[in-house]
Amino acid sequence: MEHYYKNDHLHRFAEIAEGNGELARDFFAYYGKVFADGALTVREKALIALAVAHTVQCPYCIDAYTTESLKQGADLEQMTEALHVAVAIRGGASLVHGMQMLEHVKKSSM
Amino acid sequence: MSDASPLPFAELASTEAGPKPTATLRARRLPLAEPSAQLAALAALPLGHLAHGADFDRAVAGSGRDLAPAPLEIFQINVGKLCNMTCRHCHVDAGPDRSDQMMDRETADACLAALDRSGARTVDVTGGAPELNPHFRHLVDQCVRRGVHVMDRCNLTVLLLPRNRDLPEWLAARDVEVVCSLPHWRRRNTDLQRGDGTFERSIEALRRLNAAGYASGDGRRRVTLVTNPVGAFLAGNQAAMEREWRQGLEREHGVRFDRLIALNNMPIARYLEWLESSGNLQAYMELLIGAFNPATVDGLMCRNTVSVGWDGTLYDCDFNQMLDLPVRRPDGSPMTVREFEREAFAARRIVTARHCFGCTAGCGSSCGGQQAR
Repeated sequence: MEHYYKNDHLHRFAEIAEGNGELARDFFAYYGKVFADGALTVREKALIALAVAHTVQCPYCIDAYTTESLKQGADLEQMTEALHVAVAIRGGASLVHGMQMLEHVKKSSM
Repeated sequence: MSDASPLPFAELASTEAGPKPTATLRARRLPLAEPSAQLAALAALPLGHLAHGADFDRAVAGSGRDLAPAPLEIFQINVGKLCNMTCRHCHVDAGPDRSDQMMDRETADACLAALDRSGARTVDVTGGAPELNPHFRHLVDQCVRRGVHVMDRCNLTVLLLPRNRDLPEWLAARDVEVVCSLPHWRRRNTDLQRGDGTFERSIEALRRLNAAGYASGDGRRRVTLVTNPVGAFLAGNQAAMEREWRQGLEREHGVRFDRLIALNNMPIARYLEWLESSGNLQAYMELLIGAFNPATVDGLMCRNTVSVGWDGTLYDCDFNQMLDLPVRRPDGSPMTVREFEREAFAARRIVTARHCFGCTAGCGSSCGGQQAR
């Protein structure tokens, strides 16, 4: 591969059906339902997706859900707070593993 | 002739009279101030590779719909471009220096006479800030006496001008629907688009409207909020946003409204300038054209609206008005409100160009909000 993460891959995402049309169709139908207005609003779902996008560090998803969050009426302050939720969980997930370290230290040390 | 004197320019130009995030294209003497330059900028974009060659009429025809005139319902009157604000997305290029194009009393009276012949049941008074036209109250009063529903397209901050202190009660007494621009229910995006301090003043104006009986839930004295995207993207889900705005505004500011409508931004005037200068124009037009939704065509405002300009010229919509694309008679001359005739107007050909994709993108966008899901 000459380049990874090509900009137009997001717009051409539907071409993924070439290898298996049925799975692609099912996936996109499911995806559409997941993001429909429901018990959570489309804005809340877009903010969750934005946070997850940063966690999985997907550049396509970050672009897509930045636009979608704005479109659905979130502003920069709300989006930044959503991002920090992802950051806090990521950091907290590392830090809470420190308990394992701590117990090991106590068990192994005098 | 005049029933009130217009505000002196200096008073409106102050930030005290209204936030000013920019100046008009006209004041800055930019080429885009001319409608012909705006149309040329859109026509010159390389979009021919897109569906229907980016030709609006072909897109409509290809969808099997017909952009034919429908029975006239809305009589829209643009009383001029004068405004106490200079919002960055304004499709009118309105501002405090635009006292050059104000509807006079004679034209306002010609509108009333044409309204009587039109069969329209709703009058939509717009601008600029229509409340700054010295004949605004005369026009509204005469429409109300005729028993039609009247909408005042209000920027909210204009209600705080000392001369308009009594306006909320005045409008409430006449059951005029106040259709207010408020891009967001939180401060940041409202002030980004409309200027620092807009949000606070808008909330104060909404409080005054509520105090005058607006949005009391009895179906009268309706206050409608209008949101435009603050950037190069389409309007979101209108119903979901309305729920969140209602909760947010009530909880954080104790203000109420009746409904929210979400409009796309038209790629003309100052929004066009912003698209160009921010490098978003090509992608935004691709977005609008790619999101063409045939289900929006039947509900387009150009089908059931007459839009009257400050000098009495007739248009299919306020956007065509700003682009200087009038309704024409068979001989090519522009129609005017003075000789308005229902049958001749109903036989018009609706004028289209690339900007029209703004009204058919996504859920659609018309003066009444989204047309389709």
